[in-house]
Amino acid sequence: MSVLLIAEHNNKEVRPFTYNAITAASQINEDLHVLVLGHQADDVAKSLSEVPNVKKVIHINNEIYENYIAENYTSAIIKHAENYSHIVSSANTFGKNLMPRIAALLDTSQVSDIIKVISEDTFLRPIYAGNAFATVKSNDKKKCVTIRPTSFDPADKSGGSAEITKSDPAEASSSTKFLKKEEVKSDRPELGTARIVISGGRGMQNGENFKLISDIADKLNAAIGASRAAVDAGYITNDHQVGQTGKVVVPDLYIAVGISGAIQHLAGMKESKVIVAINKDGEAPIFSVADYGLEADLFEALPQFLSELNKLNTIQK
Amino acid sequence: MKILVAVKRVIDYNVQIRVKEDGSGVVTDNVKMSTNPPDDNAIEEAVKIKEAGKAKEIVAITIGEEKAQETVRKALAVGADRGIHVKVDNVIEPLAVSKILKKIVEKENPDLVFMGKQAIDDDCNQTGQMLAALLNWPQATFASKIEVKDNALEVTREIDEGLETIEVNVPAIVTCDLRLNEPRYASLPNIMKAKKKPIEQINASDLGVDIIPRIEQIKVEEPPKRKAGIKVASVEELVQKLKNEAKVI
Repeated sequence: MSVLLIAEHNNKEVRPFTYNAITAASQINEDLHVLVLGHQADDVAKSLSEVPNVKKVIHINNEIYENYIAENYTSAIIKHAENYSHIVSSANTFGKNLMPRIAALLDTSQVSDIIKVISEDTFLRPIYAGNAFATVKSNDKKKCVTIRPTSFDPADKSGGSAEITKSDPAEASSSTKFLKKEEVKSDRPELGTARIVISGGRGMQNGENFKLISDIADKLNAAIGASRAAVDAGYITNDHQVGQTGKVVVPDLYIAVGISGAIQHLAGMKESKVIVAINKDGEAPIFSVADYGLEADLFEALPQFLSELNKLNTIQK
Repeated sequence: MKILVAVKRVIDYNVQIRVKEDGSGVVTDNVKMSTNPPDDNAIEEAVKIKEAGKAKEIVAITIGEEKAQETVRKALAVGADRGIHVKVDNVIEPLAVSKILKKIVEKENPDLVFMGKQAIDDDCNQTGQMLAALLNWPQATFASKIEVKDNALEVTREIDEGLETIEVNVPAIVTCDLRLNEPRYASLPNIMKAKKKPIEQINASDLGVDIIPRIEQIKVEEPPKRKAGIKVASVEELVQKLKNEAKVI
Protein backbone atom coordinates (compact mmCIF):
# COMPACT_ATOMS: atom_id res chain seq x y z
CA MET A 1 0.00 0.00 0.00
CA SER A 2 1.67 3.18 -1.21
CA VAL A 3 0.27 6.48 -2.41
CA LEU A 4 1.38 8.26 -5.56
CA LEU A 5 0.81 12.01 -5.60
CA ILE A 6 1.02 13.94 -8.86
CA ALA A 7 2.88 17.21 -8.23
CA GLU A 8 1.68 20.50 -9.65
CA HIS A 9 4.46 22.96 -10.51
CA ASN A 10 5.62 25.42 -13.15
CA ASN A 11 8.91 23.59 -13.85
CA LYS A 12 10.73 25.99 -11.50
CA GLU A 13 8.65 25.95 -8.33
CA VAL A 14 6.19 23.65 -6.64
CA ARG A 15 2.69 25.14 -6.79
CA PRO A 16 1.58 25.76 -3.18
CA PHE A 17 -1.45 23.45 -3.17
CA THR A 18 0.82 20.47 -3.75
CA TYR A 19 1.93 20.83 -0.11
CA ASN A 20 -1.68 20.72 1.13
CA ALA A 21 -2.30 17.63 -0.99
CA ILE A 22 0.83 16.03 0.52
CA THR A 23 -0.68 16.41 4.00
CA ALA A 24 -3.88 14.63 2.95
CA ALA A 25 -2.01 11.96 0.98
CA SER A 26 0.20 11.04 3.91
CA GLN A 27 -2.92 10.69 6.07
CA ILE A 28 -4.11 8.02 3.62
CA ASN A 29 -0.81 6.15 3.88
CA GLU A 30 2.59 7.20 5.13
CA ASP A 31 4.42 5.57 2.24
CA LEU A 32 3.94 8.57 0.00
CA HIS A 33 5.73 8.92 -3.33
CA VAL A 34 5.55 12.03 -5.50
CA LEU A 35 5.68 12.01 -9.29
CA VAL A 36 7.18 15.08 -10.97
CA LEU A 37 6.46 15.27 -14.69
CA GLY A 38 8.14 18.32 -16.13
CA HIS A 39 10.67 19.87 -18.42
CA GLN A 40 13.92 20.77 -16.69
CA ALA A 41 12.11 20.71 -13.38
CA ASP A 42 15.06 19.48 -11.32
CA ASP A 43 14.50 22.19 -8.72
CA VAL A 44 10.93 21.00 -8.27
CA ALA A 45 12.04 17.40 -7.70
CA LYS A 46 14.67 18.61 -5.24
CA SER A 47 12.22 20.77 -3.27
CA LEU A 48 9.79 17.88 -2.98
CA SER A 49 12.52 15.49 -1.84
CA GLU A 50 13.07 17.82 1.13
CA VAL A 51 9.47 17.49 2.33
CA PRO A 52 9.62 15.20 5.40
CA ASN A 53 6.32 13.48 4.50
CA VAL A 54 7.63 12.41 1.09
CA LYS A 55 9.40 9.01 0.99
CA LYS A 56 10.41 9.00 -2.65
CA VAL A 57 10.34 11.32 -5.67
CA ILE A 58 10.03 9.97 -9.19
CA HIS A 59 11.19 12.52 -11.73
CA ILE A 60 10.47 12.27 -15.44
CA ASN A 61 12.06 14.95 -17.55
CA ASN A 62 10.85 15.61 -21.08
CA GLU A 63 9.69 18.59 -23.11
CA ILE A 64 6.29 16.92 -23.60
CA TYR A 65 5.65 17.65 -19.90
CA GLU A 66 6.42 21.35 -20.09
CA ASN A 67 2.69 22.13 -20.02
CA TYR A 68 -0.15 20.22 -18.47
CA ILE A 69 -1.40 18.21 -21.38
CA ALA A 70 -3.63 15.69 -19.58
CA GLU A 71 -3.17 13.13 -22.36
CA ASN A 72 0.64 13.17 -21.97
CA TYR A 73 0.54 13.16 -18.20
CA THR A 74 -1.91 10.25 -18.15
CA SER A 75 0.15 7.87 -20.26
CA ALA A 76 3.15 8.37 -17.95
CA ILE A 77 1.12 8.00 -14.76
CA ILE A 78 -0.58 4.81 -15.95
CA LYS A 79 2.86 3.22 -16.43
CA HIS A 80 3.62 3.79 -12.75
CA ALA A 81 0.15 3.12 -11.35
CA GLU A 82 0.50 -0.62 -10.77
CA ASN A 83 2.81 -0.10 -7.78
CA TYR A 84 0.29 2.01 -5.91
CA SER A 85 -2.99 1.61 -4.07
CA HIS A 86 -3.92 5.30 -4.43
CA ILE A 87 -3.27 7.94 -7.07
CA VAL A 88 -3.95 11.43 -5.72
CA SER A 89 -3.71 15.09 -6.71
CA SER A 90 -5.15 18.40 -5.62
CA ALA A 91 -8.72 19.18 -6.69
CA ASN A 92 -7.95 22.42 -8.52
CA THR A 93 -8.13 22.88 -12.28
CA PHE A 94 -4.90 20.88 -12.61
CA GLY A 95 -6.15 17.76 -10.82
CA LYS A 96 -9.75 18.10 -11.97
CA ASN A 97 -8.61 18.01 -15.59
CA LEU A 98 -6.18 15.15 -15.10
CA MET A 99 -7.41 12.63 -12.55
CA PRO A 100 -10.64 11.37 -14.23
CA ARG A 101 -8.63 10.49 -17.34
CA ILE A 102 -6.37 8.31 -15.20
CA ALA A 103 -9.27 6.82 -13.22
CA ALA A 104 -11.19 5.77 -16.34
CA LEU A 105 -8.17 3.94 -17.77
CA LEU A 106 -7.67 2.16 -14.43
CA ASP A 107 -11.41 1.34 -14.38
CA THR A 108 -11.75 3.12 -11.04
CA SER A 109 -14.58 5.29 -9.82
CA GLN A 110 -12.87 8.50 -8.70
CA VAL A 111 -13.54 10.17 -5.35
CA SER A 112 -13.45 13.92 -6.08
CA ASP A 113 -12.65 16.84 -3.84
CA ILE A 114 -12.27 15.19 -0.44
CA ILE A 115 -12.20 17.41 2.66
CA LYS A 116 -11.29 14.71 5.20
CA VAL A 117 -9.53 11.35 5.22
CA ILE A 118 -11.47 8.95 7.45
CA SER A 119 -9.52 5.81 6.52
CA GLU A 120 -7.65 4.41 3.54
CA ASP A 121 -10.90 3.83 1.68
CA THR A 122 -13.37 6.22 3.32
CA PHE A 123 -13.51 9.96 2.80
CA LEU A 124 -15.70 12.99 3.48
CA ARG A 125 -16.63 15.17 0.51
CA PRO A 126 -19.01 18.07 -0.06
CA ILE A 127 -21.88 17.67 -2.52
CA TYR A 128 -24.55 20.13 -3.72
CA ALA A 129 -22.20 23.11 -3.46
CA GLY A 130 -21.26 22.18 0.09
CA ASN A 131 -24.87 22.13 1.28
CA ALA A 132 -24.41 18.50 2.25
CA PHE A 133 -21.40 16.40 3.26
CA ALA A 134 -21.22 12.80 2.06
CA THR A 135 -19.17 10.07 3.72
CA VAL A 136 -18.16 7.71 0.93
CA LYS A 137 -16.29 4.41 0.82
CA SER A 138 -14.46 3.39 -2.31
CA ASN A 139 -14.66 -0.32 -3.09
CA ASP A 140 -12.27 -0.16 -6.03
CA LYS A 141 -8.97 -1.96 -5.60
CA LYS A 142 -7.03 1.03 -6.85
CA LYS A 143 -8.31 4.41 -5.75
CA CYS A 144 -8.12 7.75 -7.53
CA VAL A 145 -8.72 10.68 -5.20
CA THR A 146 -8.58 14.45 -5.57
CA ILE A 147 -8.05 16.61 -2.51
CA ARG A 148 -9.60 19.97 -1.72
CA PRO A 149 -6.38 21.77 -0.81
CA THR A 150 -7.90 24.41 1.46
CA SER A 151 -9.22 21.69 3.79
CA PHE A 152 -5.71 20.54 4.72
CA ASP A 153 -2.74 22.46 6.13
CA PRO A 154 0.35 22.61 3.93
CA ALA A 155 3.04 20.06 4.81
CA ASP A 156 6.41 21.11 6.22
CA LYS A 157 8.77 21.92 3.38
CA SER A 158 12.17 21.11 4.80
CA GLY A 159 14.02 18.55 6.85
CA GLY A 160 13.47 15.52 4.64
CA SER A 161 15.82 13.85 2.19
CA ALA A 162 13.85 11.45 0.02
CA GLU A 163 15.52 9.57 -2.78
CA ILE A 164 14.96 10.98 -6.28
CA THR A 165 14.72 8.38 -9.02
CA LYS A 166 14.60 9.17 -12.72
CA SER A 167 12.18 7.46 -15.02
CA ASP A 168 11.44 7.44 -18.74
CA PRO A 169 8.74 9.43 -20.50
CA ALA A 170 5.74 7.70 -22.03
CA GLU A 171 4.27 8.36 -25.46
CA ALA A 172 3.00 11.86 -26.27
CA SER A 173 -0.38 12.62 -27.77
CA SER A 174 -0.37 13.96 -31.30
CA SER A 175 -3.98 15.18 -31.05
CA THR A 176 -3.53 17.88 -28.44
CA LYS A 177 -1.29 20.89 -28.79
CA PHE A 178 -0.56 23.58 -26.23
CA LEU A 179 -0.82 27.04 -27.79
CA LYS A 180 -0.54 29.62 -25.01
CA LYS A 181 -1.19 30.51 -21.42
CA GLU A 182 -2.37 33.94 -20.32
CA GLU A 183 -1.33 34.05 -16.74
CA VAL A 184 -2.51 36.96 -14.65
CA LYS A 185 0.55 38.31 -12.85
CA SER A 186 0.00 39.97 -9.54
CA ASP A 187 2.07 41.04 -6.57
CA ARG A 188 -0.81 40.18 -4.28
CA PRO A 189 -1.07 36.88 -2.40
CA GLU A 190 -2.67 34.00 -4.30
CA LEU A 191 -6.42 33.84 -3.89
CA GLY A 192 -6.37 30.20 -2.81
CA THR A 193 -3.87 30.68 0.01
CA ALA A 194 -4.29 34.33 1.08
CA ARG A 195 -4.89 35.07 4.76
CA ILE A 196 -7.38 37.79 3.86
CA VAL A 197 -9.66 37.91 0.81
CA ILE A 198 -11.83 40.85 -0.22
CA SER A 199 -14.38 40.11 -2.94
CA GLY A 200 -16.70 42.25 -5.02
CA GLY A 201 -19.98 41.32 -6.62
CA ARG A 202 -22.54 42.75 -9.01
CA GLY A 203 -23.01 45.64 -6.58
CA MET A 204 -19.65 47.03 -7.73
CA GLN A 205 -21.47 48.10 -10.92
CA ASN A 206 -18.38 48.14 -13.14
CA GLY A 207 -14.75 47.12 -13.41
CA GLU A 208 -13.35 50.58 -12.55
CA ASN A 209 -15.05 50.49 -9.17
CA PHE A 210 -12.97 47.45 -8.24
CA LYS A 211 -10.29 50.08 -7.49
CA LEU A 212 -12.14 50.61 -4.18
CA ILE A 213 -11.54 46.92 -3.45
CA SER A 214 -7.93 46.85 -4.62
CA ASP A 215 -7.02 49.87 -2.45
CA ILE A 216 -8.18 47.96 0.61
CA ALA A 217 -6.53 44.75 -0.62
CA ASP A 218 -3.23 46.65 -0.84
CA LYS A 219 -3.65 47.94 2.69
CA LEU A 220 -4.49 44.50 4.14
CA ASN A 221 -2.16 42.50 1.90
CA ALA A 222 -5.28 40.65 0.76
CA ALA A 223 -6.16 38.72 -2.38
CA ILE A 224 -9.05 39.93 -4.54
CA GLY A 225 -12.02 37.70 -5.21
CA ALA A 226 -15.29 38.12 -7.08
CA SER A 227 -18.71 36.57 -7.42
CA ARG A 228 -19.70 34.78 -10.59
CA ALA A 229 -22.03 37.69 -11.40
CA ALA A 230 -19.10 40.14 -11.38
CA VAL A 231 -16.99 37.87 -13.58
CA ASP A 232 -19.85 37.17 -16.00
CA ALA A 233 -20.46 40.92 -16.27
CA GLY A 234 -16.81 41.38 -17.25
CA TYR A 235 -15.83 43.52 -14.23
CA ILE A 236 -12.88 41.23 -13.46
CA THR A 237 -11.13 38.15 -14.91
CA ASN A 238 -12.21 34.55 -14.26
CA ASP A 239 -9.21 33.66 -12.10
CA HIS A 240 -10.77 35.78 -9.32
CA GLN A 241 -14.04 33.84 -9.16
CA VAL A 242 -14.94 32.33 -5.79
CA GLY A 243 -17.70 29.71 -5.68
CA GLN A 244 -18.92 26.26 -6.62
CA THR A 245 -17.58 26.58 -10.16
CA GLY A 246 -14.67 28.85 -9.26
CA LYS A 247 -12.20 28.68 -6.40
CA VAL A 248 -12.81 27.57 -2.84
CA VAL A 249 -11.14 29.83 -0.30
CA VAL A 250 -10.76 29.46 3.47
CA PRO A 251 -9.02 32.65 4.63
CA ASP A 252 -8.89 33.98 8.19
CA LEU A 253 -10.94 36.95 6.98
CA TYR A 254 -13.30 37.09 4.00
CA ILE A 255 -14.88 40.43 3.15
CA ALA A 256 -17.84 40.21 0.73
CA VAL A 257 -18.75 43.55 -0.81
CA GLY A 258 -21.87 44.03 -2.90
CA ILE A 259 -22.37 40.27 -3.06
CA SER A 260 -25.89 39.00 -2.43
CA GLY A 261 -24.73 35.52 -1.46
CA ALA A 262 -26.11 33.07 -4.02
CA ILE A 263 -25.78 29.39 -3.03
CA GLN A 264 -23.02 28.89 -5.55
CA HIS A 265 -20.94 31.77 -4.13
CA LEU A 266 -21.39 30.65 -0.52
CA ALA A 267 -20.01 27.25 -1.58
CA GLY A 268 -16.65 28.88 -2.21
CA MET A 269 -16.23 30.92 0.98
CA LYS A 270 -18.47 29.89 3.84
CA GLU A 271 -15.74 27.90 5.60
CA SER A 272 -13.74 31.13 6.07
CA LYS A 273 -12.89 31.80 9.72
CA VAL A 274 -14.36 35.31 9.90
CA ILE A 275 -16.81 36.63 7.31
CA VAL A 276 -17.72 40.28 6.81
CA ALA A 277 -20.58 41.32 4.53
CA ILE A 278 -21.11 44.83 3.27
CA ASN A 279 -24.36 45.19 1.37
CA LYS A 280 -27.10 47.80 1.17
CA ASP A 281 -29.82 45.14 1.02
CA GLY A 282 -30.35 44.08 4.63
CA GLU A 283 -32.19 40.96 3.48
CA ALA A 284 -29.33 39.67 1.31
CA PRO A 285 -28.56 35.99 2.05
CA ILE A 286 -24.86 36.81 2.54
CA PHE A 287 -25.77 38.21 5.97
CA SER A 288 -26.86 34.74 7.09
CA VAL A 289 -23.24 33.51 6.98
CA ALA A 290 -21.56 36.76 8.05
CA ASP A 291 -20.00 37.18 11.48
CA TYR A 292 -20.14 40.94 10.99
CA GLY A 293 -22.69 42.47 8.68
CA LEU A 294 -22.73 46.11 7.66
CA GLU A 295 -25.86 47.29 5.93
CA ALA A 296 -24.52 50.23 3.93
CA ASP A 297 -23.89 51.65 0.49
CA LEU A 298 -20.54 50.20 -0.50
CA PHE A 299 -19.54 53.40 -2.30
CA GLU A 300 -19.63 55.21 1.04
CA ALA A 301 -18.50 52.32 3.21
CA LEU A 302 -15.36 51.29 1.29
CA PRO A 303 -13.60 54.70 1.37
CA GLN A 304 -14.47 54.97 5.09
CA PHE A 305 -13.16 51.44 5.65
CA LEU A 306 -9.86 52.39 4.01
CA SER A 307 -9.52 55.55 6.08
CA GLU A 308 -10.28 53.64 9.31
CA LEU A 309 -7.64 51.06 8.36
CA ASN A 310 -5.17 53.87 7.75
CA LYS A 311 -5.76 55.07 11.31
CA LEU A 312 -4.61 51.74 12.76
CA ASN A 313 -0.92 51.75 13.60
CA THR A 314 -0.45 48.07 13.06
CA ILE A 315 -1.94 45.74 10.54
CA GLN A 316 -0.98 42.07 10.60
CA LYS A 317 0.67 40.93 7.43
CA MET B 1 -19.86 17.71 -38.46
CA LYS B 2 -22.08 15.97 -36.00
CA ILE B 3 -22.19 17.00 -32.34
CA LEU B 4 -23.43 14.87 -29.46
CA VAL B 5 -24.37 16.90 -26.38
CA ALA B 6 -24.86 15.23 -23.01
CA VAL B 7 -27.25 16.85 -20.53
CA LYS B 8 -28.15 15.94 -16.95
CA ARG B 9 -31.26 16.61 -14.92
CA VAL B 10 -30.39 18.01 -11.48
CA ILE B 11 -32.02 19.87 -8.62
CA ASP B 12 -32.45 23.47 -9.76
CA TYR B 13 -29.53 25.68 -8.77
CA ASN B 14 -31.79 28.04 -6.82
CA VAL B 15 -33.26 25.36 -4.56
CA GLN B 16 -32.08 25.27 -0.96
CA ILE B 17 -30.89 21.69 -0.46
CA ARG B 18 -32.35 19.72 2.45
CA VAL B 19 -30.64 16.64 3.82
CA LYS B 20 -32.88 13.65 4.64
CA GLU B 21 -33.18 12.92 8.34
CA ASP B 22 -32.09 9.30 7.92
CA GLY B 23 -28.81 10.40 6.30
CA SER B 24 -29.52 8.52 3.07
CA GLY B 25 -29.27 11.52 0.76
CA VAL B 26 -30.97 14.82 0.00
CA VAL B 27 -34.67 15.48 -0.47
CA THR B 28 -35.64 15.30 -4.15
CA ASP B 29 -39.40 14.74 -3.91
CA ASN B 30 -41.43 17.75 -5.02
CA VAL B 31 -38.26 19.72 -5.64
CA LYS B 32 -37.82 21.81 -8.79
CA MET B 33 -35.48 20.11 -11.27
CA SER B 34 -33.75 21.61 -14.30
CA THR B 35 -30.91 21.05 -16.71
CA ASN B 36 -27.46 21.21 -15.11
CA PRO B 37 -26.42 24.86 -15.83
CA PRO B 38 -23.16 24.30 -17.80
CA ASP B 39 -24.98 21.65 -19.90
CA ASP B 40 -27.14 24.54 -21.16
CA ASN B 41 -23.91 26.22 -22.30
CA ALA B 42 -22.93 22.99 -24.08
CA ILE B 43 -26.21 22.89 -26.03
CA GLU B 44 -26.01 26.60 -26.83
CA GLU B 45 -22.49 26.24 -28.23
CA ALA B 46 -23.50 23.30 -30.42
CA VAL B 47 -26.44 25.28 -31.76
CA LYS B 48 -24.22 28.29 -32.49
CA ILE B 49 -21.77 26.09 -34.40
CA LYS B 50 -24.63 24.63 -36.42
CA GLU B 51 -26.03 28.11 -37.11
CA ALA B 52 -22.59 29.12 -38.39
CA GLY B 53 -22.88 26.30 -40.92
CA LYS B 54 -20.12 24.23 -39.34
CA ALA B 55 -22.25 21.37 -38.02
CA LYS B 56 -25.01 19.39 -39.71
CA GLU B 57 -26.65 17.60 -36.83
CA ILE B 58 -26.95 17.93 -33.06
CA VAL B 59 -28.00 14.94 -30.97
CA ALA B 60 -28.89 15.54 -27.31
CA ILE B 61 -28.52 12.66 -24.89
CA THR B 62 -29.43 12.18 -21.26
CA ILE B 63 -29.09 9.25 -18.90
CA GLY B 64 -31.54 8.87 -16.06
CA GLU B 65 -35.06 8.03 -14.94
CA GLU B 66 -38.15 8.63 -17.08
CA LYS B 67 -38.39 12.33 -16.23
CA ALA B 68 -34.80 12.99 -17.33
CA GLN B 69 -36.29 13.23 -20.82
CA GLU B 70 -37.38 16.78 -19.95
CA THR B 71 -33.78 17.92 -20.32
CA VAL B 72 -33.55 16.38 -23.79
CA ARG B 73 -36.88 17.99 -24.72
CA LYS B 74 -35.49 21.36 -23.62
CA ALA B 75 -32.34 20.81 -25.72
CA LEU B 76 -34.57 20.00 -28.71
CA ALA B 77 -36.47 23.24 -28.12
CA VAL B 78 -33.29 25.33 -28.33
CA GLY B 79 -32.01 23.65 -31.47
CA ALA B 80 -30.94 20.02 -31.10
CA ASP B 81 -32.28 17.84 -33.95
CA ARG B 82 -33.07 14.64 -32.14
CA GLY B 83 -32.68 13.06 -28.75
CA ILE B 84 -31.59 9.90 -26.99
CA HIS B 85 -32.70 8.87 -23.53
CA VAL B 86 -30.80 6.06 -21.85
CA LYS B 87 -32.96 4.78 -19.02
CA VAL B 88 -31.47 3.88 -15.66
CA ASP B 89 -33.45 3.53 -12.46
CA ASN B 90 -30.79 4.35 -9.90
CA VAL B 91 -28.14 6.99 -9.52
CA ILE B 92 -25.02 5.94 -11.40
CA GLU B 93 -21.44 7.16 -11.12
CA PRO B 94 -19.53 9.22 -13.70
CA LEU B 95 -17.49 6.15 -14.67
CA ALA B 96 -20.70 4.29 -15.57
CA VAL B 97 -22.07 7.34 -17.37
CA SER B 98 -18.93 7.57 -19.47
CA LYS B 99 -19.14 3.86 -20.34
CA ILE B 100 -22.72 4.33 -21.53
CA LEU B 101 -21.75 7.44 -23.51
CA LYS B 102 -18.90 5.51 -25.12
CA LYS B 103 -21.41 2.91 -26.43
CA ILE B 104 -23.58 5.69 -27.83
CA VAL B 105 -20.58 7.42 -29.43
CA GLU B 106 -19.61 4.16 -31.13
CA LYS B 107 -23.13 3.91 -32.53
CA GLU B 108 -23.62 7.55 -33.50
CA ASN B 109 -20.08 8.44 -34.61
CA PRO B 110 -20.16 12.13 -33.69
CA ASP B 111 -17.16 14.35 -34.41
CA LEU B 112 -17.55 16.22 -31.15
CA VAL B 113 -19.05 15.51 -27.75
CA PHE B 114 -19.98 18.50 -25.60
CA MET B 115 -21.15 18.56 -21.99
CA GLY B 116 -20.99 20.77 -18.91
CA LYS B 117 -17.75 20.71 -16.96
CA GLN B 118 -19.40 19.62 -13.74
CA ALA B 119 -22.85 18.64 -12.49
CA ILE B 120 -24.01 20.82 -9.63
CA ASP B 121 -25.49 17.87 -7.68
CA ASP B 122 -22.56 15.50 -7.09
CA ASP B 123 -19.93 18.14 -8.04
CA CYS B 124 -17.71 15.35 -9.42
CA ASN B 125 -16.29 17.00 -12.56
CA GLN B 126 -15.30 13.66 -14.14
CA THR B 127 -17.53 12.47 -16.97
CA GLY B 128 -16.04 14.35 -19.95
CA GLN B 129 -12.46 13.47 -19.05
CA MET B 130 -13.40 9.82 -18.44
CA LEU B 131 -15.20 9.55 -21.77
CA ALA B 132 -12.19 11.08 -23.53
CA ALA B 133 -9.94 8.48 -21.88
CA LEU B 134 -12.19 5.54 -22.79
CA LEU B 135 -12.40 6.68 -26.41
CA ASN B 136 -8.73 7.72 -26.51
CA TRP B 137 -9.85 11.13 -27.78
CA PRO B 138 -8.30 14.48 -26.83
CA GLN B 139 -10.06 16.49 -24.13
CA ALA B 140 -10.57 20.23 -23.80
CA THR B 141 -12.03 20.89 -20.38
CA PHE B 142 -13.48 24.06 -18.78
CA ALA B 143 -13.89 25.75 -22.17
CA SER B 144 -14.71 29.46 -22.23
CA LYS B 145 -14.15 29.92 -25.98
CA ILE B 146 -14.28 27.49 -28.90
CA GLU B 147 -13.08 28.21 -32.41
CA VAL B 148 -13.85 25.61 -35.07
CA LYS B 149 -11.02 25.05 -37.55
CA ASP B 150 -10.49 22.40 -40.22
CA ASN B 151 -10.60 19.09 -38.36
CA ALA B 152 -9.54 20.79 -35.14
CA LEU B 153 -10.80 23.08 -32.40
CA GLU B 154 -8.96 25.92 -30.74
CA VAL B 155 -10.24 25.99 -27.18
CA THR B 156 -9.59 28.57 -24.47
CA ARG B 157 -9.78 26.97 -21.04
CA GLU B 158 -10.40 28.59 -17.67
CA ILE B 159 -7.65 27.51 -15.30
CA ASP B 160 -6.62 28.66 -11.82
CA GLU B 161 -3.85 30.91 -13.10
CA GLY B 162 -5.95 32.54 -15.85
CA LEU B 163 -6.57 31.23 -19.34
CA GLU B 164 -4.93 28.52 -21.43
CA THR B 165 -5.43 27.90 -25.14
CA ILE B 166 -4.99 24.47 -26.67
CA GLU B 167 -5.72 22.92 -30.04
CA VAL B 168 -7.37 19.51 -30.18
CA ASN B 169 -7.90 17.40 -33.27
CA VAL B 170 -11.39 16.19 -34.08
CA PRO B 171 -12.89 13.90 -32.81
CA ALA B 172 -12.70 15.50 -29.38
CA ILE B 173 -14.52 15.98 -26.09
CA VAL B 174 -15.20 19.48 -24.81
CA THR B 175 -16.47 20.26 -21.31
CA CYS B 176 -18.06 23.68 -21.10
CA ASP B 177 -17.63 26.44 -18.55
CA LEU B 178 -20.35 28.93 -17.69
CA ARG B 179 -18.74 31.80 -19.56
CA LEU B 180 -18.64 30.01 -22.91
CA ASN B 181 -21.85 31.73 -24.03
CA GLU B 182 -25.23 33.01 -22.91
CA PRO B 183 -27.76 30.16 -23.24
CA ARG B 184 -30.91 31.25 -25.08
CA TYR B 185 -34.46 30.67 -23.99
CA ALA B 186 -36.64 28.47 -26.14
CA SER B 187 -39.43 30.32 -27.94
CA LEU B 188 -42.97 29.00 -27.65
CA PRO B 189 -43.15 27.90 -31.33
CA ASN B 190 -39.86 26.06 -30.89
CA ILE B 191 -41.11 24.37 -27.74
CA MET B 192 -44.15 23.18 -29.74
CA LYS B 193 -41.93 22.00 -32.61
CA ALA B 194 -39.63 20.18 -30.18
CA LYS B 195 -42.55 18.00 -29.10
CA LYS B 196 -42.52 16.44 -32.57
CA LYS B 197 -38.79 15.77 -32.66
CA PRO B 198 -37.88 12.13 -31.99
CA ILE B 199 -36.36 10.86 -28.73
CA GLU B 200 -34.98 7.34 -28.96
CA GLN B 201 -35.26 5.35 -25.74
CA ILE B 202 -32.63 2.80 -24.81
CA ASN B 203 -32.41 0.70 -21.67
CA ALA B 204 -28.99 0.93 -20.07
CA SER B 205 -29.21 -2.80 -19.35
CA ASP B 206 -29.30 -3.49 -23.11
CA LEU B 207 -25.94 -1.78 -23.66
CA GLY B 208 -23.91 -4.46 -21.89
CA VAL B 209 -21.86 -2.14 -19.70
CA ASP B 210 -21.04 -2.44 -16.02
CA ILE B 211 -22.87 0.35 -14.21
CA ILE B 212 -22.82 -1.08 -10.69
CA PRO B 213 -21.64 1.61 -8.24
CA ARG B 214 -18.11 1.21 -6.88
CA ILE B 215 -18.52 3.86 -4.21
CA GLU B 216 -20.75 3.31 -1.19
CA GLN B 217 -22.47 6.36 0.17
CA ILE B 218 -22.32 5.70 3.88
CA LYS B 219 -24.13 8.79 5.02
CA VAL B 220 -25.12 12.28 3.98
CA GLU B 221 -25.26 14.97 6.63
CA GLU B 222 -25.71 18.69 6.96
CA PRO B 223 -22.50 20.67 7.09
CA PRO B 224 -21.74 22.29 10.45
CA LYS B 225 -23.74 25.48 10.82
CA ARG B 226 -22.08 28.83 11.34
CA LYS B 227 -22.86 30.67 14.53
CA ALA B 228 -25.20 33.58 13.93
CA GLY B 229 -23.30 36.82 13.44
CA ILE B 230 -24.15 40.39 14.32
CA LYS B 231 -24.92 43.55 12.39
CA VAL B 232 -22.62 46.46 13.07
CA ALA B 233 -23.86 50.03 12.90
CA SER B 234 -20.88 51.70 11.30
CA VAL B 235 -17.56 51.21 9.55
CA GLU B 236 -15.75 52.35 12.73
CA GLU B 237 -17.47 49.62 14.74
CA LEU B 238 -16.63 47.05 12.06
CA VAL B 239 -12.94 47.90 12.12
CA GLN B 240 -12.87 47.88 15.95
CA LYS B 241 -14.54 44.43 16.02
CA LEU B 242 -12.11 43.03 13.45
CA LYS B 243 -9.16 44.43 15.35
CA ASN B 244 -10.14 43.73 18.97
CA GLU B 245 -12.73 40.94 18.93
CA ALA B 246 -11.95 38.77 15.89
CA LYS B 247 -8.27 39.85 15.92
CA VAL B 248 -7.87 39.26 12.20
CA ILE B 249 -6.39 42.63 11.18
